[in-house]
Amino acid sequence: MRARVSLAVLLALLAALPAFAGSYALSVATLILYFAYTGQAWNVMMGFAGQLSLGHSLYVGVGGYAAGALFFHYGIGPWAGLWVALLLCVALGVVIGFLAFRFGISGVYFALLTIAFAEFTRIGFDHLDWLGGPGGMFLRVAQRDIWDLANFRGPPLMYYYAMLFLTAGAFALCYFLLRSRAGYYWQAIREDEEAAQALGINTFRWKMLAVAISSAMTAVSGVFFAFYYNNLFPEQIFHISRSIEIILGPVIGGVGTLFGPILGAAVLTLLSDGITEALAALGWEIPGIKQVFYGLVLLAVVMFLPNGIWPTIAKKLRL
Amino acid sequence: MTWDLVVNVVIAGVLTGLVYGLMALGLSVIFGVVRVVNFAHGEMMTVAMYAATVLFAAFKLDPFLAVLPVAAAFFVFGYVMQAGLINPFITRPEHSQFMLMVAVAIIMVNALLMIFGPAAHNVQVDYQLESFELGKILLDKARLYAAAAAVLAAAALFAFFKFSLTGKAIRACADSYLGARVVGLNVKRLYALTFGLGAACVAVAGCAMVLLVDVTPPLGPYYTLLAFVIVIVGGLGSMTGALLGGVLIGVSEALAGLFIAPSAKSMFSFGLLILVLLLRPQGLLGRKQ
Repeated sequence: MRARVSLAVLLALLAALPAFAGSYALSVATLILYFAYTGQAWNVMMGFAGQLSLGHSLYVGVGGYAAGALFFHYGIGPWAGLWVALLLCVALGVVIGFLAFRFGISGVYFALLTIAFAEFTRIGFDHLDWLGGPGGMFLRVAQRDIWDLANFRGPPLMYYYAMLFLTAGAFALCYFLLRSRAGYYWQAIREDEEAAQALGINTFRWKMLAVAISSAMTAVSGVFFAFYYNNLFPEQIFHISRSIEIILGPVIGGVGTLFGPILGAAVLTLLSDGITEALAALGWEIPGIKQVFYGLVLLAVVMFLPNGIWPTIAKKLRL
Repeated sequence: MTWDLVVNVVIAGVLTGLVYGLMALGLSVIFGVVRVVNFAHGEMMTVAMYAATVLFAAFKLDPFLAVLPVAAAFFVFGYVMQAGLINPFITRPEHSQFMLMVAVAIIMVNALLMIFGPAAHNVQVDYQLESFELGKILLDKARLYAAAAAVLAAAALFAFFKFSLTGKAIRACADSYLGARVVGLNVKRLYALTFGLGAACVAVAGCAMVLLVDVTPPLGPYYTLLAFVIVIVGGLGSMTGALLGGVLIGVSEALAGLFIAPSAKSMFSFGLLILVLLLRPQGLLGRKQ
């Protein structure tokens, strides 16, 4: 009950946020929600089903490029493009999952396989001229004053609410998934795959389901990314550092928890911005110094809060 | 395009590949024994390369002499890092270890960026421009020496693991953590020793590599992935496999650069990685689990 009320209050606050926030704060909030949503998507695979993916930038990139290219070349809006993005990403996820799980690849090897696919695709896209190659693909910039929902072009406020809707939706979806048959099977597989198999769970099928859901959810991040930033570069969108960025939120917040990805995304984004501001105020603007601080904080959290921030806080708040 | 050119490119690929192999050998030893994924491996490699450029700029120290102080420093660094930072993590889940090493890697690569800036650094010695001629085959002196240093270091490591008592003890830890503890080995100290040795391998590889390529901070993440590709292709835990994998990747990079485009070269490495993972997940020379 306490948890539900807190959640409702938080959602109401977030819905009302644009009334108080300036344009900068709104862009930061949009970014937090973006990472919260994408982290939630990754969490389905790793946090629920225990399959460590280090190549989730693959789905962001393919999803973004699919919808972006349809819009760029044929003027087809993102509502149609979204389905293409979903189909492509699910197909990719299913192929990778099929190959990995059929050949019995798990743990670190599975993680490296996901990196390999993402990197392979990144370099491949660098050589695809139809998609702009390394020079990138640029979508027509949005008219910032009109809400053009059909083409998902509009003011920052529209993107904020879209992301809020997605994050809330993903939270609800994961809430129900965790309490469904699939959720319990996933957790059994995560804790001990052999034991799960011995109980008669078709681990292959349920792991595939986790990959499919996770890649589909991440495809939506990609479509959002394409239409929010209006530019796509293989070097940026597929890079392994993007995959790490996606993972950081849930790991810092708490892997396998529902609220961890959201809290982690907020903490990391605010931390990153806070460090930038603090360094600017001190006049220490040396390239790299911000990331060093960021890395040190990350190190401290990983060392001292092995389960993430959220489980510790949740215990204190008795949620 | 003539055959001479292809042969020369392949030979250069083999020589560079041996240096890659030594770098990957460090990773293979660490992962094979400690079972922790060192995602800061390539970053350590670039730190060694920068160290060689600094020693060269300050004392005109040839990178092949700089090997000794850099490797010694790296051994101590690796030992301390394993003992202080990583040992508490060996019983934690993989993603937790991964995040730890990612944090270390982020700190390393950006500290390098802070200190040295984004511009490329290198060393310039006379023999970099010289080469041995064997008929139509040209052997770059620097590349040949670098490969020789890599082979020497690898041979020393092989001998250590094969013949010394400590080496045997480390292999025992790799075979069975519990068994090693039962017979009274100080596993944590041996782990630290192993990480130190792996780091020293990287130091030698870095000092040799700095003669062949200019060093920039982004090279770190690139080498990390490269080392993983090599180790998986060659077979995790197999020391000859790491060298063989290094040579294979060195040659495939060189040929891809020649026939297709230099920018596409690592696509082949990752393609090879995917194929090996699917068809022979234990690697070319690895043992079946």
